[in-house]
Amino acid sequence: MKQLDGAAAELVIASDAAGNEQDNNKVSARPIDQHPSTAAQFWIIAKSNPLSMVAFGLFLLLVLIAVVGPHVVPFDPLASNAAMALQPPSATHWFGTDNLGRDVFSRVIVATRLDLSISVMAVLLSLLVGSLLGAVAGYAGGWADAVVSRTMDTIMAFPLFVLAMGIVAALGNTIENIVYATAIINVPFYARLVRSEVRIRRDAPFAQAARLSGMSHTRVLLFTLLPNALPPMMVQMSLNMGWAILNAAGLSFIGLGVRPPTPEWGIMVAEGANFIVSGEWWLALFPGLSLMLAVLTFNLMGDGLRDLVDPRQRH
Amino acid sequence: MSSASLNPAPFNKVATTGEAATTGEKVPALALQSLSVDFATRQGTVNAVRALDLQVGRGQVLGVVGESGSGKSVSVYAVMQLLEANGLITGGSVTFDGIDLLSLNKKDMQDIRGREIAMIFQNPRSALNPIRKVGRQIEDVLVAHQRTTRADAKSAAIEALAQVDIRDAASRYHAYPFELSGGMCQRVGIALALACEPRLLIADEPTTGLDITTQNSVMELMMTLVKQRQMSAILITHDLALASAYCDDVVVMQHGKRVESGPPSTIFYRPAKSYTRTLVNATPHQGKSVRALLPAGELNPSDEFRPAFEKNTPGKTILSVENLCRTFDSASGSVTAVDNLSFELRQGECLGLVGESGSGKSTTAAMIARLLDTTSGRIALLSTDGTSTDIGSISAAEFIRHPQRARIQMVFQDAGDSIDPRHTARQAIEQPLRGLTRMRRAERRQRVESLAALTGLPPHLLNRFPHQLSGGQRARVNIARAVAVSPDVLILDEPTAALDVSIQAIVLNLLADLQAELGLSYLFISHDLYVVRMLCDRVMVMCNGQVVESGETGQVMTSPQHEYTRQLLSAMPELPVPDPLVADTFG
Repeated sequence: MKQLDGAAAELVIASDAAGNEQDNNKVSARPIDQHPSTAAQFWIIAKSNPLSMVAFGLFLLLVLIAVVGPHVVPFDPLASNAAMALQPPSATHWFGTDNLGRDVFSRVIVATRLDLSISVMAVLLSLLVGSLLGAVAGYAGGWADAVVSRTMDTIMAFPLFVLAMGIVAALGNTIENIVYATAIINVPFYARLVRSEVRIRRDAPFAQAARLSGMSHTRVLLFTLLPNALPPMMVQMSLNMGWAILNAAGLSFIGLGVRPPTPEWGIMVAEGANFIVSGEWWLALFPGLSLMLAVLTFNLMGDGLRDLVDPRQRH
Repeated sequence: MSSASLNPAPFNKVATTGEAATTGEKVPALALQSLSVDFATRQGTVNAVRALDLQVGRGQVLGVVGESGSGKSVSVYAVMQLLEANGLITGGSVTFDGIDLLSLNKKDMQDIRGREIAMIFQNPRSALNPIRKVGRQIEDVLVAHQRTTRADAKSAAIEALAQVDIRDAASRYHAYPFELSGGMCQRVGIALALACEPRLLIADEPTTGLDITTQNSVMELMMTLVKQRQMSAILITHDLALASAYCDDVVVMQHGKRVESGPPSTIFYRPAKSYTRTLVNATPHQGKSVRALLPAGELNPSDEFRPAFEKNTPGKTILSVENLCRTFDSASGSVTAVDNLSFELRQGECLGLVGESGSGKSTTAAMIARLLDTTSGRIALLSTDGTSTDIGSISAAEFIRHPQRARIQMVFQDAGDSIDPRHTARQAIEQPLRGLTRMRRAERRQRVESLAALTGLPPHLLNRFPHQLSGGQRARVNIARAVAVSPDVLILDEPTAALDVSIQAIVLNLLADLQAELGLSYLFISHDLYVVRMLCDRVMVMCNGQVVESGETGQVMTSPQHEYTRQLLSAMPELPVPDPLVADTFG
């Protein structure tokens, strides 16, 4: 083709003039024209950010525990044994036993599945509802924006944990209701974030170009603008997972969540708290540590997840 | 003129250079000797400036020109020691008035910044603190350098504002940056820089982003003040014409190195280095054809397409706009952005639309592209069989699915912003094919590849994301996408405004080629009269929402009838035309 010589000429000039971009390309040995698969991309990110790698590793560990944990624990988490009550950590009972003689280690492991599922479900639900509401508000503006934004403000105006307590108390003390309550109090964060992300890009040239390409408003919103809000949403999501776990545990702690004797970190901490004064620290410490580890894992994962969904992180 | 007598406290202890005082005038105001700056990035070390030698004589204006990434800004930021955290000066020396700036401690350097060497930044709006009154900001500088006491700072600040020709300085003192126009903000920037009467002024692209008439008055003001105060100045710019109009000496930079230097008349008139020649050639100016922008070697005479670059004679009317109006409601009443605009665009024609920011040209483009609803007026799109559709009466939302949608497409100003950052070049070009045609996957793939070839985008780049492409490559993607569905009318909204001149030259040529080959009709929107002159058959000059003058491009440019057109034309800085002999020898 006739322009090819022009193109070659430009490539020469561009590589001379364009500076950083081109220089960067020169420095990186990896050919960028073949895109790495998501899995390969994952490794690139994990390698460049060791902290993310640790977080992803911990997350995998948590998931593994949640999946296989209940099948491999040494003791039945519900079986009480009065003779063995309140034993400190030992070779048999790694995390000791509680006031009913149940093995704390087994209970902590088994609780992982419940705590993880509550938080994952809650976060996914709030992500879905929140980003749809926020996207519509940010894109349509006007009264839709006013209604959504003021509703979110109203939710945010409550002390969120008290609101969650209220919801669970009103709807009933079930696991589904804990999920709903946790989801509802998190919706405003997603809605606000997505609203602003959509709003700043609503009239961006690439959105206009999509409209020129015959994409309707709904499609521009769903397939052009919403994906561009993904990177900050990933960060929000991972932070939220931590909160969600804490929230579920908190509800259980005050007696509004999962009911005993179901193993759950929040209840275990609540029950164990009574024994700290008398020196039986292991009852509360180990579920508390697991809770902390889970929250930390999710918080650390945020940056890595963002890098994974953001093509601009690919060099 | 001894440096010691002019500089009291901070320099006595560092000025180890008594000899500087004695040699006087021969010592340059600022000298860089083999200065090197490296940046540590995620991809490794980038040598931004490599062994750069540079000298600014006393009372002289030095122009530093180069394209983006040439290291021209980095080198002066290094002088000011304002490099970003990952930047490191790896070698060389910076001597200001006999003082080795690189050996100064932070405190002494702070004293020099603003007081002895001042800087004017590219974007005046972001260089000013948005929540502080401009008068206050000038006071801050004065007080920081002990030029004045708090008590009489206000009068000094008003005086400084008055000196940069800000009318009614006493009341402007209370203005916030957002209340001032871009040109006004830059005047405040100049007032800030000159407040402490520095001896060296560094202006980093001071007028980029300003309108041409504003650019003119800001440059005139700046240079008058520099001459009046017998200061030295460095003007960093990508605009050769600007450098040649205002500088005593010019340094051309590329890859962080100095390519050549000398007085602008020599450098631009008889460029010795091929890079300079490419730059000079690529700069549009009076009486140049779009073909002449590229070095002669790029034109391959054996290429059968090349000689075919004969412009199609414009055919039948394809787009007819009548009494187009658009008003916007704002808090202070309604504003008329486009006022009663009428024109016709014929097939194969290139119609230029020229105006400064706020003239309504982008609003016009958005309405004709049917991205924005009209307030009133007709936009008739005519078919070859003579039927016409008033697409202006169809709302922008409905037009998305209209069968005529594919007939009008648009190329946006910023090539980077107009590609979805999550799309590869292939996906971007494919987008209109998916939305507006019934092509199958394989057909689309083929079409994208032929479009890439047509626009000169190497096929291996199709899998790249926009941030992995250079500016020129992104421009190609944009153009390929716009012509993908074979539109009849292409609206080009400042398609080259964000590009370096050498890339602009290539893109303009590409546009000219595409027009000849595909018989497209262009509505070409630009603020650059030279570019319009090269590409357009007819031109309309827009001011405050109205067309003040229109006609054949040559006629409008050579004998402008309207005062505003004359103003625009006279404000364009001219580049000295290169010596044809030299061009022949090297071309």
